Amino acid sequence: MTIPATTSAGPTRRISIDPITRLEGHGKIDIFLDADGEVADCFFQVPELRGFEKFCEGRPVEEMPRITPRICGVCPEAHLMASAKACDAVYKISLPLTARLIRELQYDIFYVTDHATHFYALAAPDFVMGPSSNPAERNLIGVIRKLGVGVGQQVIQARKWGHEAAAIFGGRPVNPENAIPGGVSKPITASERDRLEEIARYLLEFSKFTLKVLHDLVLANAEYVDLILHGPYYHETYSMGLVDDKNRTNFYDGKVRVVDPEGHELCKYAPRDYAKYIAERVEPWSYLKFPYLTQVGWKGFVDGKQSGVYRATPQARLNVADAMSTPLAQEAYEEYFETLTGDRSGHRMVHHTLAIHWARVVEMVNAAERALELVRHPELTHPENYRVIPHDTPTEGVGIVEAPRGTLVHHYVTDENGIIRKANLVVGTTNNHAAICMSIKKAAQGLIRKGSDITEGVLNMIEMSFRAYDPCFGCATHSLPGQMPMVVRVRDCGGTVLSTTTRA
Amino acid sequence: MTTNGAEIDRQPGKLRVGMHWASSCGGCDISLLEIGEHLLELIEVADIVFWPCAADFKYRTVADYPDGYIDVCLFNGGIRSSEHERLARLLRRKSRTLVAYGACAMDGGIPALANLKSPREIYDAVYHSNPTLHNPGHVEPKTQWATPLGELDLPGMYPQVLRLGDIVDVDYQIPGCPPVGAQVWKVLQAVVAGEVPARNSAVRVGCDNRSVCDECPREKRKTRIKAFKRPHMAVPEPNWCLLEQGFVCLGASTRSGCGAQCPKAEMTCRGCYGSAGLSSDQGTAMLSALGSVIDAVTEDRAREVVDEIVDPTGTFYRFSLASSALKARR
Amino acid sequence: MSQGESVQPPAETGTSQAWEPRIIAFLCYWCSYTGADNAGTARLKYPANVDIIRVMCSGRIDPDLIMTAFARGADGVMVCGCHIGDCHYIAGNHKTMARMPLVSRVLQDFGIEPERFVHEWVSAAEGDKFAKLVRQVTEQVCQVGPLDWPRRMYERGVGHGQDLQPWGDRA
Repeated sequence: MTIPATTSAGPTRRISIDPITRLEGHGKIDIFLDADGEVADCFFQVPELRGFEKFCEGRPVEEMPRITPRICGVCPEAHLMASAKACDAVYKISLPLTARLIRELQYDIFYVTDHATHFYALAAPDFVMGPSSNPAERNLIGVIRKLGVGVGQQVIQARKWGHEAAAIFGGRPVNPENAIPGGVSKPITASERDRLEEIARYLLEFSKFTLKVLHDLVLANAEYVDLILHGPYYHETYSMGLVDDKNRTNFYDGKVRVVDPEGHELCKYAPRDYAKYIAERVEPWSYLKFPYLTQVGWKGFVDGKQSGVYRATPQARLNVADAMSTPLAQEAYEEYFETLTGDRSGHRMVHHTLAIHWARVVEMVNAAERALELVRHPELTHPENYRVIPHDTPTEGVGIVEAPRGTLVHHYVTDENGIIRKANLVVGTTNNHAAICMSIKKAAQGLIRKGSDITEGVLNMIEMSFRAYDPCFGCATHSLPGQMPMVVRVRDCGGTVLSTTTRA
Repeated sequence: MTTNGAEIDRQPGKLRVGMHWASSCGGCDISLLEIGEHLLELIEVADIVFWPCAADFKYRTVADYPDGYIDVCLFNGGIRSSEHERLARLLRRKSRTLVAYGACAMDGGIPALANLKSPREIYDAVYHSNPTLHNPGHVEPKTQWATPLGELDLPGMYPQVLRLGDIVDVDYQIPGCPPVGAQVWKVLQAVVAGEVPARNSAVRVGCDNRSVCDECPREKRKTRIKAFKRPHMAVPEPNWCLLEQGFVCLGASTRSGCGAQCPKAEMTCRGCYGSAGLSSDQGTAMLSALGSVIDAVTEDRAREVVDEIVDPTGTFYRFSLASSALKARR
Repeated sequence: MSQGESVQPPAETGTSQAWEPRIIAFLCYWCSYTGADNAGTARLKYPANVDIIRVMCSGRIDPDLIMTAFARGADGVMVCGCHIGDCHYIAGNHKTMARMPLVSRVLQDFGIEPERFVHEWVSAAEGDKFAKLVRQVTEQVCQVGPLDWPRRMYERGVGHGQDLQPWGDRA
């Protein structure tokens, strides 16, 4: 059906998408049409401000890894790790090997789970059900119903086991709580290690399976390939991501590398220097700020080498890396670049927004392989080296990790007692804010033309431009509709069954 | 039926379920999925009719629903802006049962720590003084902004974070940051069976009736506290009560039901299940409990010991400032 | 406050010239209340701004009562108990001495001035100390002025949420 546009001042008409859906967080889109029905302008607004940077002042620095994960309950581990690393820096701690191994392993397992849930719950509905399908069914439930038991069970198990791993590390499946300055709160026992290896092995198989699902469902469909390559989902920006000392991907640690739209390195910096390289702009129509590269400068919402707008996405991380850190991911990386640029080496940059989904799956394989390497490290289960007690006077520190949605910076300044005086947080999606606005506008301009019918499906295709950037969550279950009768038992506080109801 | 293009294929007798987030992080939405294998059992008996995080229903769709159309709406997040309030009122009208889901909707949660700062201080930090800011024009977000093509609106930020129950009648509360999957499933089972306690905004479901200490496996040796330690400055002895060791742990003032997950991971409880007491003020319950376990016989010594606690307000009210007696900094 | 019911704005205090501070004093039965009684019997003069609440022991004064007093409109709160060593219940006031410094810190974090909260030991014989304390507290609360907590919270939407002035656009 056609969406009625509300009239606003003058000859322009306005279409609002409120709220945008299948994402983590709030947002709305306003599209202004001129008298001819062409898109005159388009705004993506974030109507939310919680003020973590301010209310963290006065809190003890060691509590930050417990407070900041509540910025985002979908990727709490990213804040947990960035915050813990900033705490280490505040106390000038060099982590013992075991602590580092545990943190990175925890993070890589989280990465696979997070990317998987994003791929199946957020991206897949648009491709499996179709961009213009019934919105009431365009969600994970629809995807599982359509793809069937096999796929559903694999997704369910990946999520369930990923959260089981989180609970092994940090007590809780959501918002694990094990990070402290100097390491983690508890060691990994031999039996926990064995279970983690089982989980990591499964996640690797699952990642390879997901790559196959992507091939079968998206890349084998000429219409979708055409949409990715030639649809209104392309613009050239700088790319940002963490790399190790050999310029390979690493999600937990390394230096931040930025390359221009052709792939030439603009800068590579240690976390503590981040404020020299990025600055944030404020616009009066959104609560969220707009970071840009200081070496290039803010030139407005425009593409290209002359504009300081950059992206920090799975695609950007593949762009900045000379190679992946693991063999199977390297194969997938080469295939990805060859298909999209004609060059296996990765020297030519990819800027197709919808291909971020593909890059995300390549990263899944990478994180799973890396997790399997780490879980087999003999020092992982060392009974003491999982933490150290800080001795230096706390001062100031920066911690950076690659959140699934982009480079995540935590920067704390404390007094001599380790109480936060100032906090600055540049969060994953914030990095991509300007690019997201531009992607939405491009999609709107490409999809809404003079005289065209503005259907719900068209508006959803505009939303797809932004969904490519931002993860959400997945569902967990190991049974499927129609297979299991529902038995409802009502229990009192002590667990005694008060009544039982069965539905066929 | 058709509402803005959304075909809702509803079988008779199926429940209509909605979920919404206000000033929250998305962790509650994730926690609903922690019911794991039960989720699709739920979907057998319930249709999702609104869930911005996972499904494509828009506000306009909800506004078109008849009043009372949604059988159960799980509302997470506190109320911080005019948009949160608008949706709280809309969903109250459209829902037969409205549940304050999670610490933020129930007690303000961690975002309510902002109530210790003034809104002006928050704006100054976020838009004027962060080290990465470049804002020479001193620009701030405006609730209305005229572009050449038309006006753009942003919801206004309220002076402090409020609870859902401060705005509308709430039928039940489910505590936790986020609620634990097994507890959520218990509640959903009760809802599906129609076996729910009498509606009352004070009724907490999805939790137990005692304190976290009651389900914590760590041993209490009935020793008193001679000195407080910060968690990163000492390694706790395993299996011994963290509070007795001098780590500020909120288990005593916190409602049980989570399974004492944090103390089991060698971390102190931070109180996400809210107050265990009759009063909703969790911080004073902790103040009270601490007073009973300090090992000091002189006033000066007692003061020395408690002065070692850093940030009592931000710790004792970590998840519940909006439910405290005072609610916010003056 | 019961949730969701319609709430009338609390009356404004402190705008008229005649504002008098309202101070809640929690006194232990065995020492401080007797001390206050003693002050009365001795016809010692002290301001009538104090509402006395007698409790069995200062160790039973839950900090919640202090916070609630301020939240419901008190301008100042006094907590008085037996001197250390004199507790009728041996160590009830040991709890008080550990709690009150923390209460004072928490109150200050909420923006309540230290002048508004006083904790002292007053024995049954110290009627003059009690009278002097009341004079001192009344004076210092007068100096810092009305606290007016209920109205402040009402203006910020607690209990009703409607007609809030979003502050973002204010200069």
